[in-house]
Amino acid sequence: MNRLLSNVVGSFVEAWQELRIHKTRVMLSLIGVAVAVCAITTVVGLGAVAQQSIVEQNERSGGRSATLSLYASASDGSMIDPEAMQELWATALDRYGIDYASRVLYSTQTVQFTDGAVPVQVIAVDQPYGTMHRVKLTEGTWFSVDDADRLAPAVLVNEVFYDRIGRPDLATHPTTALLGATPATAVITGVYPVSTWETEPAMYMLMDTLTALTPADQLAAGGGAPNYELWVPPEISEDLIVALQRDTESALGAGTQVSVSRQDYAAYNEDPFASIKLLVGGVAGLVLLLGALGLVNIALVTLKQRIREIGVRRSFGATAGRVFFSVMMESIVATLVAGVVGVIGAVLIVTNPMLQEFISQGMVTDFPPFPVEAAILGLVCATVVGALAGLLPALVAVRVKVIDAIRY
Amino acid sequence: MTLLHLAGVTRTVQLVDAPPLTILSGVDLDVAVGDRVSIVGRSGSGKSTLLNLLGLLDNPTTGVLEFDNRPVKSFSSAERDRVRGRDVGFIFQQFNLLQGRTALENVMTPLLYAQGKQFWQRARIATEMLDRVGLGHRLGAMPDKLSGGEQQRVAIARSLVRGPRLILADEPTGALDLETGADVMALLDEVATGSGAALITITHDPAIAALATRHLRLDHGVLTVAGANIGRTVSDDDVHDDLRDDDLAAVPA
Repeated sequence: MNRLLSNVVGSFVEAWQELRIHKTRVMLSLIGVAVAVCAITTVVGLGAVAQQSIVEQNERSGGRSATLSLYASASDGSMIDPEAMQELWATALDRYGIDYASRVLYSTQTVQFTDGAVPVQVIAVDQPYGTMHRVKLTEGTWFSVDDADRLAPAVLVNEVFYDRIGRPDLATHPTTALLGATPATAVITGVYPVSTWETEPAMYMLMDTLTALTPADQLAAGGGAPNYELWVPPEISEDLIVALQRDTESALGAGTQVSVSRQDYAAYNEDPFASIKLLVGGVAGLVLLLGALGLVNIALVTLKQRIREIGVRRSFGATAGRVFFSVMMESIVATLVAGVVGVIGAVLIVTNPMLQEFISQGMVTDFPPFPVEAAILGLVCATVVGALAGLLPALVAVRVKVIDAIRY
Repeated sequence: MTLLHLAGVTRTVQLVDAPPLTILSGVDLDVAVGDRVSIVGRSGSGKSTLLNLLGLLDNPTTGVLEFDNRPVKSFSSAERDRVRGRDVGFIFQQFNLLQGRTALENVMTPLLYAQGKQFWQRARIATEMLDRVGLGHRLGAMPDKLSGGEQQRVAIARSLVRGPRLILADEPTGALDLETGADVMALLDEVATGSGAALITITHDPAIAALATRHLRLDHGVLTVAGANIGRTVSDDDVHDDLRDDDLAAVPA
């Protein structure tokens, strides 16, 4: 144990001395390794941010895995009676014991702002929608189950809307006037973020609120039938699609078209950054290879001068194993230092707020911390390159004939 | 106490397309702790090969080589390296200091292969050793900033820093002027006496050889007591030899 410890520490000391003496040459060859490690680590790190951004965006639009969507329409293009549809929907949820389900209907409501009445997009949903789409709010809370019974309906507005009414404190229960067929005063109970490209005000409203405020014929004229969404365990989604399709078709009878399908991102999940990652990763791999070749080159050239030194060390009791380990260690210590520099560079790049903003387009609320696996990958790459680059010189070093090396 | 025991040692090398070349034949030698032995010989007489054997860097082809009463052949490769590190100190003609390392780092080098106290306190031990050879004020000097005599003193400190029982000096004054060489040898003798180590000096220089108490001569691979050859006629071969027997004879024993 004692011998092992002094051997390892001793090898480090020798390696460090060697690097110190050849610092300029070593540093030049290590720049390549550091750059490559930085590139590889950055690619993996950015991948994590991009992934998070995509997941969040997709969950917001398509729902979590597995979200099914049911849509029915009459073959002649007319709308199916909303009440019949609602009944069918309730029966289906009850039969299959589905807790998370929501109707989704895009509609508009005219809202009175200080500078005039403006039509605002409304996304009418049921209460579970918030969980199903993991809706994140910057302020306030998602609808509660009781919100449907409120006399003053609750609405959740986006940041654009919120800015336009002067960002009042939600604790003061700010209201907004809805100028529909049934004018009403709605209470704003929450605010949700917008992506950088959204510039129009919009709001969430409960489906029941919307139907209460808008006559059925007007709804039908405005937007058509709602989309029916269910959030179910992915493993039963296939079977459920078949069952729902069959049930709905038979309940609605001939002359209707029913489509049930999976709409969440996991159904067609592909990493849109895969090709870029592959490209940058490939270039980084090449740079790493070139860096390693430079290192081998330098190690072999200096080894020529070092044969005498290795002979001297052997004569003072360095075992063949120790010489091998020391030469190997030099290369590993050097690339590890380069690796650490590269990883630090990558962390600085990936956690840079400007870059994060660019990648996420304002749509990521939870930035993942710098992924540990990316940092580890960078260091492992550096160490492996160091070991490979050190192997050849170390093998040469072990074969040195001691007395010949000293006396040549 | 016998440290090295050689009996009937031969060393031959296999050559391609030629009969094996005998470099050493029938070498008998006993070296005890505290001995002062000098070995003289012409170039190509087998001095390097003998040095390899004495320094546990090589195995004899036939014959017995024992270190510390243990046959060297029984040592594993790593064990042999460790015994060499612990018990043998080398001093070379060209000093062979490690370039780019300070005097102190050079003297610390052998301690890097030690264990325990010697390893962990290597800086202190090396500093003391450099003090003993009179270079306590040059600890941080690089080899190329030291004179030849100073470099050889650093090399002596390095060879003695682990307290070896056998010191092998290969032409220790070969690269020094006469006066500096004498100083270095005086120091070597003093430090070796202080530590009780055996000192084997391989040299061309009769004056240096004369400092030893036992004088040996290596000639065409045969080791003989130098005194036995005194009075031998100087042949034509020997004219170009650095060391003539009559030189040696002139040196008081």
